[in-house]
Amino acid sequence: MLRYIALRGALALAVAFTVSLAAFLLLNVAGDPAQAIAGEDATPEVIEAIRARYGLDQPLTVRYFEWLGGVLQGDFGESYYWHKPVAELVVDRADETIALALSALSVTILIALPLGALAALNPNSWIDRFALGVAVSAQAVPNFWLGLIMIILFGVMMPIFPVSGDSTWKHFVLPAFVLGASSVPAVMRLTRTGLIEVMGADYIRTARSKGFRGWPLLRRHAMRNALLPVISVLAVQLGQKFGGSVITESIFAINGLGRLALESILGMDIPTVQMLIFVFAIVFVAMNLLADILNAALDPRIRIG
Amino acid sequence: MSTTDITLTAVEDSETTPLTPGQIFRKRLFGHTGFLIGASIILLIVLVAIFAPLIAPHDPYVQSLSTRMLPPVWSEGGTWEHILGTDQNGRDYLARLIYGTRVSITIGIGAASVGLVIGVTLGVMAGYFGGWIDHAISFLLTAQLALPGLLLAMALVFIIGPSIWVVIGIVGVLHWTYYLVVTRAATQRIRNLDFVAAAKASGASSRQIIWHEILPNLASAIIVIFTFELGIAILAESSLSFLGVGIQPPTPSWGLMIAEGKQAMFYRPWLVILPGICLFLLVIGANLMGDGLRDITSPEGRNE
Repeated sequence: MLRYIALRGALALAVAFTVSLAAFLLLNVAGDPAQAIAGEDATPEVIEAIRARYGLDQPLTVRYFEWLGGVLQGDFGESYYWHKPVAELVVDRADETIALALSALSVTILIALPLGALAALNPNSWIDRFALGVAVSAQAVPNFWLGLIMIILFGVMMPIFPVSGDSTWKHFVLPAFVLGASSVPAVMRLTRTGLIEVMGADYIRTARSKGFRGWPLLRRHAMRNALLPVISVLAVQLGQKFGGSVITESIFAINGLGRLALESILGMDIPTVQMLIFVFAIVFVAMNLLADILNAALDPRIRIG
Repeated sequence: MSTTDITLTAVEDSETTPLTPGQIFRKRLFGHTGFLIGASIILLIVLVAIFAPLIAPHDPYVQSLSTRMLPPVWSEGGTWEHILGTDQNGRDYLARLIYGTRVSITIGIGAASVGLVIGVTLGVMAGYFGGWIDHAISFLLTAQLALPGLLLAMALVFIIGPSIWVVIGIVGVLHWTYYLVVTRAATQRIRNLDFVAAAKASGASSRQIIWHEILPNLASAIIVIFTFELGIAILAESSLSFLGVGIQPPTPSWGLMIAEGKQAMFYRPWLVILPGICLFLLVIGANLMGDGLRDITSPEGRNE
């Protein structure tokens, strides 16, 4: 088991650094950072001075390894825009995004699991069709539009929840719903198919013949096996929530990492963008790793194989 | 044997004659409600995009200060002159929505094609050659999945300079994983079938086998993914345009129109609601069509 975790962990780290390299190359090849910092009508002298000031006159490979060396010591460079260490900026704003991602995941679970279970227990009933309709619609709704519709609904017509800011838990209700809704289709479908498969298994028939019915049967026998794949998908979805925070945070004025990402892109603040891509990739990779380990821990067949 | 007997057998024969594959395919196609709905929506939107200049009641770019933010015809103050009202610059909203189909369809098809070329090339290579090539491409896949796509797309489009071609290129370059996963698995399966072995035995090169034996067998799977990716790319473009790092004004993109309408959304909600409904319909059309095509082309048959 330890060997398995170590192997997956090493692979995850390799992936995270590959992502950071790809992002570094793409961001630096796409445009000239010095020109961007200086602005449209800067003189060549000014651009040269900026290039020297930020070390942009070095070759790309040298700069990447300098960046990598810094990262290994916890130094992500200095923001071109805020003139502060990037790591400080990111740590300052991480709380809001973590809170948003976790509450979004709770919304996904609260909607997708009961709906998927009800659909699986009554296949081809109206509730099954309703669940399918929810999944198909949720997949096609633009996330930012859903956010604006929520703001129109709750900002004017039913002012129960605040629509802008991040000072109380109430501020997170609508953003969490919007961000959580995007994961509902995948999680719901998986719950449904998993449960349908399990309910047809021999051991469920045995349990039924022993007199188990309804909720006890579901809780004691079916859920555990059906939820195995769901748990790993939830971990992966949580990893995606961080990258997905860009839109939700900018709509609901939450001062987290997603908004920082948008601000730093518009400010051409490449070190901050670079660190955010790295951090989001690490979170994603870590969540996948967690999913793999959970799966291995819960299902002995994977460990041995 | 009497004549009646002969006619009877003839009738029986015609009833038991198996349908040709084409007939079965058509029967399945027109018997699948989801596919029919999805394909009708897509067909309608594509027709609107092609004939936009003929259908649009006004020029989508002409501004007019005297007709700013008129409401749609069903609200108070609406006129038949501007059925869906006007935007903050007095431009006819219906005309802009109609021309918006062009942006969405162009970017959807363009980006899904760029992704197709990258994903299918990598997928077939990984599946056909196996070994270290497969390992390398699988690693690339894992890395691509870990990349925060929207964030990188925003940054790249903004740095390079937003234009419709840049958006197509970047969205396409970031959406190829689905093609890869499916074509890799399918190629691995086809590679070991008899007709590939026969082609190999008759001296065909890897290139010939891939082009003549493998790719034709991947076609239906690729079309299914293309349909889904169409919807994904359209949503990606609208998100970029909404955030200000996609299609730039005055081009009518639905995502951009939602961003422009945002300032006035509390007292002019239709400015936000209408383009969103258009996006929703287009994407749900693509998804239903993809679901339908997958059901129809899958070997197990339909999923009715």
